[in-house]
Amino acid sequence: MDGTRPTLLGTLKAYIYLLPALLVLGTFSIYPLFRSLFMAFTTVHRRTLEVEEVGLHNFRFLMDDPRFALALRNTFTFVLGVVPVAILISLGIAVLLNQKIRGATFFRSIFFLPFVTSTIAIAMVWNWIFHERHGLLNYFLGFVGVDPRPWIDHPDHAMTALIIMSIWSRLGFNIIILLAGMQTIDKQLYLAAKVDGASAWHRFKTVTVPLLSPSIFFLTVMGVIGSFRVFGEIYALFPGGATAGPANSALTVVYYVFQRFWDDRNFGLATAAALVLFVIILCFTLLQFWVGKKLVHYK
Amino acid sequence: MSTKAVIGRVVIYLILAMGALIMLVPFVWMLSTSLQTAHQVNIRPPIWIPIPAQWGNYSRILDFAPHFPRSFVNNLVVASIGTILELTTAILAAFAFSRLRFWGRDILFYILLATMMVPGEIMLIPNFLTIVRFEWLDTYRALIMPWAASILSIFLLRQFFLAIPEQLSYAAKVDGCRDFRFLWSIMVPLARPALVTIALLAVISSWNAFMWPLIVTNSPSMRTLPLALALFRGEAGTFFELLMAASVVVVLPMIILFIFMQKHIVAGVSRSGLKG
Repeated sequence: MDGTRPTLLGTLKAYIYLLPALLVLGTFSIYPLFRSLFMAFTTVHRRTLEVEEVGLHNFRFLMDDPRFALALRNTFTFVLGVVPVAILISLGIAVLLNQKIRGATFFRSIFFLPFVTSTIAIAMVWNWIFHERHGLLNYFLGFVGVDPRPWIDHPDHAMTALIIMSIWSRLGFNIIILLAGMQTIDKQLYLAAKVDGASAWHRFKTVTVPLLSPSIFFLTVMGVIGSFRVFGEIYALFPGGATAGPANSALTVVYYVFQRFWDDRNFGLATAAALVLFVIILCFTLLQFWVGKKLVHYK
Repeated sequence: MSTKAVIGRVVIYLILAMGALIMLVPFVWMLSTSLQTAHQVNIRPPIWIPIPAQWGNYSRILDFAPHFPRSFVNNLVVASIGTILELTTAILAAFAFSRLRFWGRDILFYILLATMMVPGEIMLIPNFLTIVRFEWLDTYRALIMPWAASILSIFLLRQFFLAIPEQLSYAAKVDGCRDFRFLWSIMVPLARPALVTIALLAVISSWNAFMWPLIVTNSPSMRTLPLALALFRGEAGTFFELLMAASVVVVLPMIILFIFMQKHIVAGVSRSGLKG
């Protein structure tokens, strides 16, 4: 770009190029943002769509609603259950795939399959795998002496089932990111460590992990954001759709938003809940960046 | 290789094979169940290769959900038109952001970047009300238009355009090439790898979208595939052989796309990771 100042004509021309994108984004990304900031403090009447300001009422209701507390608890359980475990397993697999083995691309592709697959279809087949009487999981667990459990139909197991499925479906994305990060590590570092007599585990700890920390950090942030937003998996894993799992035991924040919005048609309350979710995600992301600054090793 | 190294290799392959098996079993089981009889479905030990294969299960989907083929068409329409629109808006906007000088460029760019951080659930309800006001409920427009532009795609393409040498545009200007022709006949062909990646990721996310189609469609004929699949259980009950057949129909096109385009898809995903 040359150093000249923008001209009126140039500006006009640029906005003609931008117009299609700006129309769409303005209508469906930017306007709704401001509208939801406003809507969270209102009640919208179901039929007439008339709007009434109610101040902090929606937020007060959320604080007193045991369902929202449950949704928050489940969401945190889900994040803590899925993100660290998925990253650890992926890290192990990525290290193995990085050992110049034959068929590495083939293995990588297999792990990546769930990424391109509809979460609804994935949840459908896992629902079948988790089936109490005829499911594969209980069948295989039977070989190691574990009694069959009602993975899908009992409140005690619903979150576990959801977490197992979600870890399984996230591995591929993590592995791709970690492998890409490993490509950027200088091979000479390993050589130097080897010459110094460092064991494989020591090399992993002192070379791979620190140099991979930007990728691990990225996966943590993305994983946390993605996990906070889990919805379709729950809808399809547990039959019915009206409740999130048996007796709402797998209710998450986004599912709560959906129920207030879709089942109750309480637009103001649902928006307020979504806003709370956004603030939580924002705080977590900022916290992660703050922690990340201390732990992540950038070159 | 020393014996120790050989054992190490074998262990690595064993672990990877074990992992691959765990990844594949749900897909294989989906396909296998979809070809079993209602009786075979409940037999243990499980039958992995049913003979004869019950291909009739796939046509029996129609007994419970006659609109299922229509949903397939809907997915094709929404994914293809949506992707073409997303590419078009991204090319035009990325060109403006990377090659044109205009008032408000930087601030506009930062506003868009900041918007990208906001989770889509915030926009769900206002967007639903917008669709109601436009009287777009239960139409293709409702399924396509909100995704006709993507900030991430604009951003990725802008980065790619910036990497194309500036001298090219001077040369073209000297030749009397106008901006639009320059964009169309020089920049776009050069950016093909980026455009292919953006298109593939757009197709995949459009094909698998669930929450938005669930909200803005009513009639069975407007359902997209994931939605038709999720609601199929209500219609077919728990006939797992039929549920799995319907799942295969939803999953197979994307798996085929992945097999042929995996290089581009993986490249796109790794690039997004390196940015972070």
